[in-house]
Amino acid sequence: MGEAIVVTSGKGGVGKTTTSANIGTALALLGKKVCLVDTDIGLRNLDVVMGLENRIIYDLCDVAEGRCRLNQALIKDKRFDELYMLPAAQTKDKNAVSPDQVKDIVLELKKEFEYVIIDCPAGIEQGFKNAIAGADKAIVVTTPENAAVRDADRIIGLLESSHVESPKLVVNRIRPNMVKSGDMLEIEDVLQVLNIDLIGIVPDDEMVIKAANMGEPTVMNPDSQAAIAYRNIARRILGDTVPLMQIHQKKGMFTKFKKFFGMG
Amino acid sequence: MAVKSNHVTIKGIKDGLVFLLDDQCELEELLGELRYKLEHSHQNILTGPIIHVDVKLGSRQISEEEKQTILDILKQKGNLLIRNVESPPLESELSLVEKLTLKTGMVRSGQVLHHEGDLLFLGDVNPGGTISCTGDIYILGALRGTAHAGVDGNEEAIIAASYFAPTQLRISQMISRPPDEWETRETVMEFAYLKDGSMEIDKISNISRLGRDFNVFKGV
Repeated sequence: MGEAIVVTSGKGGVGKTTTSANIGTALALLGKKVCLVDTDIGLRNLDVVMGLENRIIYDLCDVAEGRCRLNQALIKDKRFDELYMLPAAQTKDKNAVSPDQVKDIVLELKKEFEYVIIDCPAGIEQGFKNAIAGADKAIVVTTPENAAVRDADRIIGLLESSHVESPKLVVNRIRPNMVKSGDMLEIEDVLQVLNIDLIGIVPDDEMVIKAANMGEPTVMNPDSQAAIAYRNIARRILGDTVPLMQIHQKKGMFTKFKKFFGMG
Repeated sequence: MAVKSNHVTIKGIKDGLVFLLDDQCELEELLGELRYKLEHSHQNILTGPIIHVDVKLGSRQISEEEKQTILDILKQKGNLLIRNVESPPLESELSLVEKLTLKTGMVRSGQVLHHEGDLLFLGDVNPGGTISCTGDIYILGALRGTAHAGVDGNEEAIIAASYFAPTQLRISQMISRPPDEWETRETVMEFAYLKDGSMEIDKISNISRLGRDFNVFKGV
């Protein structure tokens, strides 16, 4: 029996879908059998980020309503044989399925896959309830901004009062130079408020945007800092102890020069 | 009147009788049964020499008047000498005993922790979270959210926290927010209270100057 992990955040645009896609792909890279589930009905993105949009025939709603078998709706990834995804419907809304239906589907997937990664929509309404219904564990994604931390706190509160095991935190899109200048919250500040275990920090990386547009998860590109961060998260999910990556800004010629003269 | 239920139990002890009165049923029902037992079913046992009587009310809360009614019924029998009436302490006495309640956890954004009475909370109150009490609030942890003490109009109520950085403070009807210059100041354990209709903040060590009924330690 596999493990179902929901990736959630409360606030939109902090990188739930990117995180889901990359953690899923990283787990597949480590040889695990993984299924990604998009529960963002009506605003599906996971298929786009994974570059699998044109292969969708059936979706989550079709499975829930019995129009097809679960296996028919699963899309095999281009890159890995052991990576699949179950897309959300685009023409319906969150009320098209019930938490119980999603729970049954996830339960069915857990029989076949080692990891089921559920991409949760933004918000705390029906879509959120659907997404967490079948989950055993949760990863909360936040960025070092007050608004995102506030929403993450709300989500953690809701998760703690649900059946889901104690959630883990990913701090996404850290800009080292902004943290250094004091314009961005430090990871310590975020942790102090949210008070849950940190499972990874991901630096802001332009490669992520480029990769998402190409339909190729960043994690495939070993030159990207974010890719390394996501791989580390995947390894921590498997139970490895990986030290947190040191996030530092790229040194320009000028700073190197200054350092040389003992001014940096 | 046929009595089927048994709300009144009469027990014999070494030196008298104990009347165990049920604490769940209606008082009227109880009194009716007590009268019936004394006047009809048990009158033969209850005549004769003087007997000491203890009355046990269980957890029923009764007023002085109601207590007197029970005693009057028992006094109809001249040979019953009431020695003791055992009843739970009155509500006001009870609240004095259990004045401060201890709670732990974390009040996160969107969550509300309400408590009747005074509360000692071990944990953090995050921004967007609310803690409210009819009495005082003492937080052993960080107060970053909203705290409302004395919600029922108690203007004597105070709010104290080890890390005092609230979004908003309310005492009784008074609403206040920390001034902007708070951000950079050194945070020590502080408390908020009402003075002449406005909210004041002070160091926790000055709490004894408040003139409230705190147990002030003065040393030797």
